[in-house]
Amino acid sequence: MGAFIPVGCRGGGCGVCKIKILQGEYKSKRMSSAHISDSDVQQGFVLACRVYPCSDMFIETMAIETMAIETKTIENPDNE
Amino acid sequence: MRKGVMRPGHVQIRVLDIEEALLHYRDLLGLIEVDRDEQGRVYLKGWTEVDKFSVVLREADQPGMDFMAFKVLDNAVLENLHAALVEYGCAVEELPAGELVGCGRRIRFVAPTGHHFELFAEKEQPGKWGVAKVNPEAWPRDLKGMKATRFDHCLLYGPNVQATHDLFNEVLGFDLAEQVIDPEGNRAAVFMTASMKAHDIAFIDCPEPNKFHHASFFLETWEDVLRAADLISMTDTSIDIGPTRHGLTHGKTIYFFDPSGNRNEVFCGGDYHYPDHEPVTWKAEDLGKAIFYHDRVLNERFLTVLT
Repeated sequence: MGAFIPVGCRGGGCGVCKIKILQGEYKSKRMSSAHISDSDVQQGFVLACRVYPCSDMFIETMAIETMAIETKTIENPDNE
Repeated sequence: MRKGVMRPGHVQIRVLDIEEALLHYRDLLGLIEVDRDEQGRVYLKGWTEVDKFSVVLREADQPGMDFMAFKVLDNAVLENLHAALVEYGCAVEELPAGELVGCGRRIRFVAPTGHHFELFAEKEQPGKWGVAKVNPEAWPRDLKGMKATRFDHCLLYGPNVQATHDLFNEVLGFDLAEQVIDPEGNRAAVFMTASMKAHDIAFIDCPEPNKFHHASFFLETWEDVLRAADLISMTDTSIDIGPTRHGLTHGKTIYFFDPSGNRNEVFCGGDYHYPDHEPVTWKAEDLGKAIFYHDRVLNERFLTVLT
């Protein structure tokens, strides 16, 4: 069993897929400032749905409190 | 008792990228782009709507809803409702004519759920888009995407649903068409109407104020909803659930997201309401069936994925 990233809106708006990037190169699109503040960015927090990896990534997922039902349906949203 | 509020007039939605948003709202939903303003806001409408616009998109650093507005019968009604809101204890802000291009003077207040609402009496009325005013054809032949016919309603999440119900009912004259009641007898959701529709505005209880669940657009048939689902797949648009049916309102629906994560719905059908109708009641214990009538299980996103 691997780490799960919950899937929400896939548009950088709802904040459900927040992760911390520990290592790796990536490009990203704009994310809601309601969920990712400037200091969040500096600490490596991002919304996974807006991140496009350019290398292998080492990430930390957030505690999943209420997403149990949907974890089985997770797909890679960054397949472009 | 009705107080002269006619219908949803417009919704202003925040998006992270205005041009991406236009590909979604104009080219996929099929709304008609009608204007832009100095602030960079883009104005759109469904083709059957007679007023100039019903959707305003504003680029911002967080998505969500700025405000939703209702059109009232005339300026006398607007004056009366302004006074009634103040008397009820609401802080009312006035916005001059032209602040939204083509819209008359608006008054704005905050509901106990934390959402901003507006009332206005006048808006430019060019008529339905793409068909003549006399001997109108059935539909314009150059519509795009889902060919959404009109902005229909919003579903909003916030606290104090009962107090918001009371404000909309007592001051603005909305009827409670449908509701969800929890085992203690509290209203967990209220679907309210100023018309015969099952909802012109709906609220679901949530601790965080001023959250946006979805803006909804009306289609004529179930075939149109299935075609919308095809277009969502063809464009690789983020889908939430459906096509399915709601228990509440019995509308046939599909939920999906705009490129900034704001949820949209297109739907057809649904219940109707007259002022002498008792509210339709669903039990909170059966919320799964109330929301998604076929699955009879809520997906967690319905309660947690908001902007």
